[in-house]
Amino acid sequence: MSKYLSGSQIVCEALLNEGVNVVFGIPGGAILPLYGVLSQYPDLRHILSRHEQGAAHSADGYARSTGKVGVAFATSGPGATNLVTGLATAMMDSVPMVAITGQVGRSAIGTDAFQETDITGATLPVTKHNYLVMRAEDLGATIHEAFHIARTGRPGPVLIDIPKDVFTEMGDYDSSAHIDLPGYNPPGKAEESQVEAAAALINESERPVILAGHGVVLSRSWDELKQLAEKAQIPVVTTLLGISSFPEDHVLSTGFPGMHGMAYASLAVDQADLIINFGSRFDDRIVGDAKRFSTGSKKIHVDIDPAEINKSIQVEAPVIGNIKDVFAQLLPKVKPNTHVDWLQHIEHLKAEHPSLRIPESDRLMGQHVVKALSDVTKGDAIITTGVGQHQMWAAQHYQFTNANSWLSSGGAGTMGYEVPSAIGAQVGNPDKLVWSICGDGGFQMTLMELATAVENNLPVKYAILNNNHLGMITQWQGLFYDGDYQAETYTANPDFVKLADAYGMKGIRVTSQDELESAIAEANAHDGPVIVDFVIEKVDDLYPMIPAGQSVKELIEDPN
Amino acid sequence: MAPVNGTFQRTISALVQDKPGVLARISGLFRRRGFNIASLAVGRSERVGMSRMTFVVEGPDAVVRHVAAQLDRLIDVVEVYDITEQNIVWRELALIKIAAPAASRSEVLELANVYRANVIDIGVESLTLEISGGRQKIDSLIELLKKFGLLEVIRTGRVATLRGTLVEGEDDGLYQADASNPTYVLPITTGESGSV
Repeated sequence: MSKYLSGSQIVCEALLNEGVNVVFGIPGGAILPLYGVLSQYPDLRHILSRHEQGAAHSADGYARSTGKVGVAFATSGPGATNLVTGLATAMMDSVPMVAITGQVGRSAIGTDAFQETDITGATLPVTKHNYLVMRAEDLGATIHEAFHIARTGRPGPVLIDIPKDVFTEMGDYDSSAHIDLPGYNPPGKAEESQVEAAAALINESERPVILAGHGVVLSRSWDELKQLAEKAQIPVVTTLLGISSFPEDHVLSTGFPGMHGMAYASLAVDQADLIINFGSRFDDRIVGDAKRFSTGSKKIHVDIDPAEINKSIQVEAPVIGNIKDVFAQLLPKVKPNTHVDWLQHIEHLKAEHPSLRIPESDRLMGQHVVKALSDVTKGDAIITTGVGQHQMWAAQHYQFTNANSWLSSGGAGTMGYEVPSAIGAQVGNPDKLVWSICGDGGFQMTLMELATAVENNLPVKYAILNNNHLGMITQWQGLFYDGDYQAETYTANPDFVKLADAYGMKGIRVTSQDELESAIAEANAHDGPVIVDFVIEKVDDLYPMIPAGQSVKELIEDPN
Repeated sequence: MAPVNGTFQRTISALVQDKPGVLARISGLFRRRGFNIASLAVGRSERVGMSRMTFVVEGPDAVVRHVAAQLDRLIDVVEVYDITEQNIVWRELALIKIAAPAASRSEVLELANVYRANVIDIGVESLTLEISGGRQKIDSLIELLKKFGLLEVIRTGRVATLRGTLVEGEDDGLYQADASNPTYVLPITTGESGSV
């Protein structure tokens, strides 16, 4: 069925047909025609962000926490370029997003017109695909293609750039038009021979370890992962982004390995005779020195993206397919097993290398805050983080028991992700408790989005681990730059409790360990957004640590 | 393919959608993944709306082995084959403009004849030859013509296709891979003529 509509109307109808009911954005000149029809589409809720980066991260947080495609709107020029960090973050972590940007009118393209930026050119490396749509009649098909590309295969962000006069041009929209992408065939089931080879390796292995990556979360295969691990009694380590793909209170849960992971997890990976990688790209933070990574093991790599196979680590058994399908193929072929000796050894590693020792100190440390958050919320909150020490403490000390409850910028390492992503997660999960664990550095990169939380009455709880430092920078300058500390101290942080007050939020300050639980409970009980300013110890290095490019042999468990 | 100055070459054939920006997507991918394009040839293919591209890329072996897989991730790339270790035939084309006054013209024409080059333009003081073949054949003609005064040399990149026969072309030099051992490093070979 074809309808004759304006470009703006086609955009809205196509979004609704894709199941979109919320978008994050900010208007501007070139995209105004689209905002001009929003009142005709009350089912399309628009959340007004305060900065386009915030809109992009909110769409990202919404997408990660719901499994739906997140949508962001921005205008041309600076509006569009402000999205770039958000797109890069989503691209690195394979998050399904569609960004719609206004562009200057068709006749002005290429003339350096006011607020003109070649955003399709600028975003080539940070999008899975992008479009500049030059005719209203192409808009519908383009939007449906974009959603198909964003959510299938290895997910990712897609940008659609629309000139101002294409929004106002009339054109046909056929919602049932067939998508024709001859160059895009995302894998489904894996080849049976690959699955057989993988199953044979699993069945004969004595010391297997499952490495669960973001692919398990993105394909929502946490139940299948648990079935497989339990059937063959295989310990599970996750990557940083694989956190919350496997319940951490499970006896087979073995933490996360790598640069700041648990020592026992890194040791388990190192001593295994088989690594079964589900949807991790063997990132350098996991692998370190590729030549010395788990040299005694064979490797199975299950991935939907063939380009990841043998990219950084050579594997014996590649399995290319959608992880959910591969689990279904693999489960019946994997024989029940007990691996008693190996699991006993893992328990021994956990006892010998506890890794998560909380410093015995009267002072308030970042670890204390995260541990208290974990205890008070019983591991039942959605957690978002920025990047740095607070992120690693959150990953180490929060016990995740719910699937898909950890949102963090892993690949891109985007400071400031924590504030807006929590807004997106809360919009997508109105009945869940969302805690954003922030560093004082990252928080100040995107704190303008607090207004978005207040305006939409989103009860996000912001925990600032405030040490007046870029803590990870302090640590690295101490370890690798002879203690030559430069530009790592924040001497003029605002009073975050007063800032909360200024935004019309609740603000709580915590300076000692004995206030922790009551303050967290008070924040949880408050029906609205809260900032809790946890004033933590100024300098506290993060361990365990495997220095960049090194191996488990150089692991520093705890120098104290 | 054999390492040249520590880098390896691979020949890639891709069928791509004929849309604006496709070349930018591909060249951008090559740049950010550290692939160096040694040559590139693009033209319409036998399929409507599709172009065929032949790339020769250079770089460390472990890097350039991933070119085809990375290209395949692009939505506009419909098919891509790394044909380096396949039985292929390839050609380059060159247009060579040489100073050719009456005194030396017959010698130039004689050389052109030996190399099966065609004269495609002739003036009072110069003429232009067209030659196709492997890189070394073209290099060799250019070398011989230098003494007459090269005015301009214009070369295309390599175009390549799989052979329709299982018999290897004698002079196709680089097809010496051991198919059972994909990590086998090809020996340095001569005679990269591409002619049968």
